[in-house]
Amino acid sequence: MFYRENGQFKTSYAADQQIFTIAQDKWFVWGLIAFAALAVPMLADEYMFRAILIPFLVLSLAALGVNLLVGYCGQITLGAGAFMAIGAYAAYNFMVRIDGMPLVLAMLLGGVSAAAFGILFGIPSLRVRGLYLAVATLAAQFLCDWAFLRIGWFTNHSSSGSVSVAKLEMLGWVIDSPTEKYLFCLAFVIAFAFIAKNLTRAAIGRQWMAIRDMDVAAEVIGIRPMFAKLSAFAVSSFFVGVAGALWGFVHLGSWEPAAFSVDRSFQLLFMVIIGGMGSIMGSFFGAAFIVILPIFLNQFLPLLGSLVGVTVSTAGISHAELIIFGSLIIFFLIVEPHGLARLWSIAKQKLRLWPFPH
Amino acid sequence: MAFFIETMLGGLMTGMLYSLVALGFVLIFKASGVFNFAQGAMVLVAALAMARFSEWSNAALGGDSLFLANVIGIVGAGAVMFVVAWAVERFVLRKLVNQEGATLLMVTLGIAYVLEGLGQTFFGSEIYSIDVGMPKDPVIMFEGLFEGGVLINKEDFIAAALAAVLVAGLTVFFQKTAIGRALRAVADDHQAAQSVGIPLNKTWVIVWCVAGLVALVAGIIWGSKMGVQFSLVTVALRALPVVILGGLTSVPGAIVGGLIIGVGEKLSEVYLGPYVGGGIEIWFAYVMALIVLLFRPQGLFGEKIINRV
Amino acid sequence: MKFRNLALAAAIASVGLSSAVFSTAAQAQAQDQFFPVLVYRTGAYAANGNPWANGYVDYLKPINAQGGINGVKLTYEECEFGYATDRGVECYERLKGKNATLFQSLSTGVTFALTDKATVDKIPLITAGYGRSESQDGSVFTWNFPLLGSYWVGADVAIQHIGKQEGGLDKLKGKKIALVYHDSPFGKEPIPLLQERAKMHGFELQLLPVAHPGVEQKATWLQIRRDRPDHVLLWGWGVMNSTAIKEAQATGYPREKMLGIWWAGAEPDVKDVGAGAKGYSALTLQHGAEPNSKVVKDMLAMVHDKGQGTGPKEEVGSVLYMRGLISAMLGVEGVRQAQERYGKGKVMTGEQVRWGLENLNLDQGKLDAMGFAGVMRPVQTSCTDHMGSSWVRVHTWDGSKWAFSSDWYQADDKVLRPMVLEAASKYAAEKNLQRRTAEQCAQ
Repeated sequence: MFYRENGQFKTSYAADQQIFTIAQDKWFVWGLIAFAALAVPMLADEYMFRAILIPFLVLSLAALGVNLLVGYCGQITLGAGAFMAIGAYAAYNFMVRIDGMPLVLAMLLGGVSAAAFGILFGIPSLRVRGLYLAVATLAAQFLCDWAFLRIGWFTNHSSSGSVSVAKLEMLGWVIDSPTEKYLFCLAFVIAFAFIAKNLTRAAIGRQWMAIRDMDVAAEVIGIRPMFAKLSAFAVSSFFVGVAGALWGFVHLGSWEPAAFSVDRSFQLLFMVIIGGMGSIMGSFFGAAFIVILPIFLNQFLPLLGSLVGVTVSTAGISHAELIIFGSLIIFFLIVEPHGLARLWSIAKQKLRLWPFPH
Repeated sequence: MAFFIETMLGGLMTGMLYSLVALGFVLIFKASGVFNFAQGAMVLVAALAMARFSEWSNAALGGDSLFLANVIGIVGAGAVMFVVAWAVERFVLRKLVNQEGATLLMVTLGIAYVLEGLGQTFFGSEIYSIDVGMPKDPVIMFEGLFEGGVLINKEDFIAAALAAVLVAGLTVFFQKTAIGRALRAVADDHQAAQSVGIPLNKTWVIVWCVAGLVALVAGIIWGSKMGVQFSLVTVALRALPVVILGGLTSVPGAIVGGLIIGVGEKLSEVYLGPYVGGGIEIWFAYVMALIVLLFRPQGLFGEKIINRV
Repeated sequence: MKFRNLALAAAIASVGLSSAVFSTAAQAQAQDQFFPVLVYRTGAYAANGNPWANGYVDYLKPINAQGGINGVKLTYEECEFGYATDRGVECYERLKGKNATLFQSLSTGVTFALTDKATVDKIPLITAGYGRSESQDGSVFTWNFPLLGSYWVGADVAIQHIGKQEGGLDKLKGKKIALVYHDSPFGKEPIPLLQERAKMHGFELQLLPVAHPGVEQKATWLQIRRDRPDHVLLWGWGVMNSTAIKEAQATGYPREKMLGIWWAGAEPDVKDVGAGAKGYSALTLQHGAEPNSKVVKDMLAMVHDKGQGTGPKEEVGSVLYMRGLISAMLGVEGVRQAQERYGKGKVMTGEQVRWGLENLNLDQGKLDAMGFAGVMRPVQTSCTDHMGSSWVRVHTWDGSKWAFSSDWYQADDKVLRPMVLEAASKYAAEKNLQRRTAEQCAQ
């Protein structure tokens, strides 16, 4: 009834090529952005910001990056954590070693460094594919873990290998309250989401998808696999690197290499697959699922326990958390192997006909 | 020289244990096309079950017969692994026939979480010990030949021998028995196998059972070596480069890969490590696998990947 | 149909999700002194995290029965973080919302992450026996309290002990000491001090990192077998310790020549090795296993005999249980001290607790009264010294239990102090902090 495109005519090419061709979609996205930027800062409290919203935003940016590579270009990676680490440590070094380095520039340069390494570690993708590639990218992960622990230069010779950043400042705006940090992350995420959306609609995105669907066929029609694959690695690593810099600078404030361990890489791949491969929206769904669900279970289970009059031990709760989390992953993959994003698009399809499906 | 031999031997024995875990990966991948990340969790559950069942049976029977307790433990753990295999097939794999590799990979990660949670809920999250009577003290050999002799760890030696026996047994099982042939047929082509009357579901249960048994042996060996606790799941990460190096579909590949990785990482850590600050063995293994992949994308023994358009 | 059910389930789940997440912050209200308890009862380090957490919680339980802290009741809540830094930060944020007034993070990684946050939130951070060593300097690290000892204290005493075994620190010249350490900020903390000491005494320091979680150490011990260091320092946690001892046994390295940090000297580290660990020594954070002390008997009588014990009864009095107990005691005494100044019977704020911790003075009389006679030595903190005590003993595993095997050592302030000052100043410069002056301290 409400979600209907009847009567929306496109009279120009520009109108036909815009991101959201259905007016309701456009309103919805603008509404969502307005809600996130204006209403959420008024509604949420500090805990929400610092423990849930900021991690959610940063990790969805990282998941977006991984999705460009895994979902759009079909190259499975288990090294995303390493690129987050490179982004974070590179940004840290730009901040520490160059006086008066602007914060945002340092983060973007962190992203650029991650992109450079992304190209390097993307080279095996020219030879190997699938699970072999996934394990090959793990080499990047372990190599980076080791390098940041062992090579003192990266951590400015901090004796413990842990680094921390001084206060965050952008053009005289000191970012210290949780709300400001949240808005800072939000700005990054919105900007990068639009970039990602446009990239995937552009020639380069189409090349990635052609490679994903059938690389030999893509090659035959004149797509250079080397350029397409390495550009996917570069762009994806850039996104992931910026997310890493945000994770270190804004969320943690001080960090050690363990913050970007192999678990993080798995987590990011999870987000992409649960959320939906090859979907921008899916990255956000996936991040929400993976970030919020464990925290929710951790808080909800004791409540549930006290309702039925059982006190569950802390260990019991976290075991139950593991079991339920795992079961939900299995459940969602069985019901919808294409991820939460597919559920979303099915919902939209149904909504078009609602309430008169026939 | 003696030290070089010692390092080699240490690497070979560690490598044999890696092969054991890698074998679990290969078995399941061959038969169902699933890259089973839950292998580490299976090792943990099997070892936990074994340790706890033998502990409980000792307490219940009041006996101090180590042998009986261990037998009960092994039988109990075997039963647990069977239930796991059955449940995985019944509730997960059966519903995911013909899905993409990435989806199946994620599902096994989900299974890993469930197994870790269930295992620790039922069996506890402390350190438990498995005592199958492994000797702990080293022996020194060839003292006449080299100064200081060559130190051999008896426990490692026995473990490696056990692993070798198991691997040989499995190879025979796969190549010579009817079930083994059925498993290979399923691996080659699900539909063709089904059309000649091989029951797909039963085959999967069998192969997960076999992987469960391999996990149990790995669990007993590692558990007796370092105690049964949560870190056993990380053994899977050490075995990944082995699988890749040897080829995902090759049983001999898992063995040779394990030996190469084992020797390579020990030698690199001991001879190269001191110059770069140490702690390099884990990434060195992966980089070794990576270099092999650049020349042979299907691993050393994997089936050649043919692209069809 | 299938889709409708799914959509319904998803809608219900999301409503439930958001309500639960929003509601947690609202329920915090304080008439009680709230003690957050960050624990890890699962994951790779559970076996060691469990007894600590049990001791901590057990100590808090009987306090209410005895009328609380001058009438103020205690409440506590555990939050499981599995030794993962980001989950630890989430726990911190969650429990902070419930009016937490002091945190004990039980992980060096989490301590690093929280050091900046605690300053902003004005919540003191007690890191008894872990955390960053330079935070002893309270005039820079206003909110950190590495009570009883930092890793630099441990490293310093370890060298003193080895020196004594060799017959004097001057005998260390030309000797070789290997440090087998957990490759993380925790394991790397002692390195600067050991390097300093190596320069002083002319011994050679060999660094052997072990990757998390530490189950693969064959190469490490092969190197030890080749290089035959005179002593091995073990800086491990969790499964890494027992693996190290087993590998030492397997390569024939004498356990008598091994010395662990206090996190590598508890029952879970050696129990499973049993007789193979005989002769292995470890530093203690003042206390060892104290099954005969009065406070343990009190705990058994007041908590376990009433069936309220958190963990198994056999564990009471074990090394890590005692450490949890003492950590809780330090927190409680900090609050008590704060009440002396800000009003007895009132709920203290984070800033007030901080003052209490900074002016902690547990003399022998107080310790005896609480049942800690023989367990630990007096602790007195000040603005410049947030550690309060730097005494350490060594205990040795005799195959079935830990027994003390040395006298008390005190870390050498002449070595420690300049390093602490330098590192703290570097931190202050990085963060643009001003060192607190004497007047600010007095406030």
